[in-house]
Amino acid sequence: MHNNVNINVHHVTRVEGHGNIVVNVADGRIETLQWQVPEAPRFFEAMVRGRSYEDIQTVVSRICGICSITHSLASTKAVESALGLEVSEQTDKLRILMHYSEQLQSHILHVGYLAAPDFFGAPSVVPLVAIAADVVKTVVRVHRVANEWSDLLAGRTTHPVTLRPGGLTRIPTEKQLRQLKKTLKDTIPDLKVIADAVLSVAANIPSFERQTEYVSLKQTNPPAYSFYHGGVTSTDINGQVIPIERWHEVTNEYVCPQSTAKWTKWHRDCYAVGALARFNNNGELLSPMGKDAAKMFGLKRGCCNPFMNTVAQLVECFHVIEASIALIDELLTKGLKEEKVSSVAKAGKGVGCVEAPRGILFHEYEFDKNGSCVAADICIPTNQNHANIQKDFEKFLPEILGQSENEIRLKLEMLVRSYDPCISCSTHMLNVQFVR
Amino acid sequence: MDRLRVAIFDFACCEGCQLQVVNLEEEILDLVDAVNIVEWREAMSEQSREYDMAVIEGSITRPEDEKRLEIIRTRAKTLIALGACATIGGVNKLKNNFDLADVKRYVYGKSANMPHLDSAPTKAVDEVVKVDYKIHGCPIDRKEFTYVVRCLLMGKRPEIPEYPVCVECKAKGNPCLWDYGQVCLGPVIRAGCGARCPSSGFRCFGCRGYIDDPNVNAAKDVIERYHLTVDALKGKMVLFGSGQGPTNA
Repeated sequence: MHNNVNINVHHVTRVEGHGNIVVNVADGRIETLQWQVPEAPRFFEAMVRGRSYEDIQTVVSRICGICSITHSLASTKAVESALGLEVSEQTDKLRILMHYSEQLQSHILHVGYLAAPDFFGAPSVVPLVAIAADVVKTVVRVHRVANEWSDLLAGRTTHPVTLRPGGLTRIPTEKQLRQLKKTLKDTIPDLKVIADAVLSVAANIPSFERQTEYVSLKQTNPPAYSFYHGGVTSTDINGQVIPIERWHEVTNEYVCPQSTAKWTKWHRDCYAVGALARFNNNGELLSPMGKDAAKMFGLKRGCCNPFMNTVAQLVECFHVIEASIALIDELLTKGLKEEKVSSVAKAGKGVGCVEAPRGILFHEYEFDKNGSCVAADICIPTNQNHANIQKDFEKFLPEILGQSENEIRLKLEMLVRSYDPCISCSTHMLNVQFVR
Repeated sequence: MDRLRVAIFDFACCEGCQLQVVNLEEEILDLVDAVNIVEWREAMSEQSREYDMAVIEGSITRPEDEKRLEIIRTRAKTLIALGACATIGGVNKLKNNFDLADVKRYVYGKSANMPHLDSAPTKAVDEVVKVDYKIHGCPIDRKEFTYVVRCLLMGKRPEIPEYPVCVECKAKGNPCLWDYGQVCLGPVIRAGCGARCPSSGFRCFGCRGYIDDPNVNAAKDVIERYHLTVDALKGKMVLFGSGQGPTNA
């Protein structure tokens, strides 16, 4: 047991945005243990006021570069709900297909580039090229597939330019969809290579557990492992579903002095969102290959080891590919047709809720009769994880206090990374500081 | 010869431009061979204070960030502003159109005056320090990024287009979005993106900034021809271009 530990990780690396970890242990007593978010606040909710409903997506997509498609979809759904716009079944399916591309892109980025170096004991993916060149190249290849897939549906990889309230500005051709289906099928063996590589170092995943509440979307009609439709559920409400319009009852946001991002709580003093939350709530609805991948890693519903979130992401990669292939088949069977998109300004208020790769996301807007935004409220997934990360720290640190300062720092950083935080989203974050 | 030491830093932004560097996919392996990346927080744990080239992503929104940027400038021989937040302030500048106290109160409510939530008016990087090169766009174009890096490695000055997006859009044979009732900023915005948005049927919203000498009269003619208002155009221009002057490449 170390009597004195001082860790001050200023700006944790390999996460999206800026976060700090501050640990101060004196005479074996933990004096300071904080997960801090010092990211520069950007005030999106205030900035969109006065903007046309047509421009909301263009602005709020910029909340996050990694999950710009998710923010774009959530905001577009909210705008459509406010204006009473219905979209066609074809638009709905193409948007879901676009959304899947981002889940794969973001998950592979996290599993392969950001988290994997920890499992292999490397400071970044760059030296990993020397250790495991083939696996790194496989990761790069799958990442490229996901990005080209986003390009096809969203007009480009980051910050989509095909979404308009009421529909899409451009749709792919049937030939392009057939090619995409083939590419996705060809990607399955690559995903297996990545899964095997992660499995080979799975012993380095800490076996830490802490009971908490897991919150995600849940779709019941028809039942599906949902990223896009449905209501809000949690492991604390026995499969009950809350309509997304009541999202404030879920998030209960508050400002905390150690963070420029707001924190949230529901039935406990914290809750978790993300791939593990989705798995814990909807795991029985995974595609067959998704279920196989979960079995391979011994991932079972009710898992409360936050480090397993990275594995749950890998499991979702298989699911997303399989679900997309089925979706493409449905689209091709019906045949694609050009659809006219039009919308008219109208007063109203609407909520949009989708699952970002890193957890559930809420957007809400109100417009006046000219379609000008008068109010906005956004709650992003990483905010919803901040309190949970802090509570994890409080249980985890005493369990690892006997290890070296370096080990402790690495494990705390790994814990933060396992949530795949998107701190630009929540404002921005990551940095560990051991105070000296 | 020692490889060029490059450090990548991010300020207030979505980090989507850094992501475009990751999105070079296989090419990024060539890039890390050609230059020595010594600091890149989003992708690496390694850190360094010695670098030849600093790449700055994001806008500057707090006094402490201005100081950090000034220190980076003193250490770097060459400084590149990466993406719209850095080159023109980007969407972050929308905030400057409001009273700052109101903006803070709107987002953080009663807690708005807590010191850690402080924020100053948004600045582009060249409003704080000297910028040697700008890579425009939101997000940046990956090909333009590698082009600029290649030029600099060869000691050449990169050529960034000084004509509007319409030129590239016409060359692609796209139908004009004004004909479809969209207020498109193509006539006044710097090309180099390959007219990516209008090619997807989405109006140009100006992420690459105004060309140095925009033909304002031509833009007015277009507005009149399509019976649209100057206010509608200004409303679109404000998205990425609030308070923006010429954007010398």
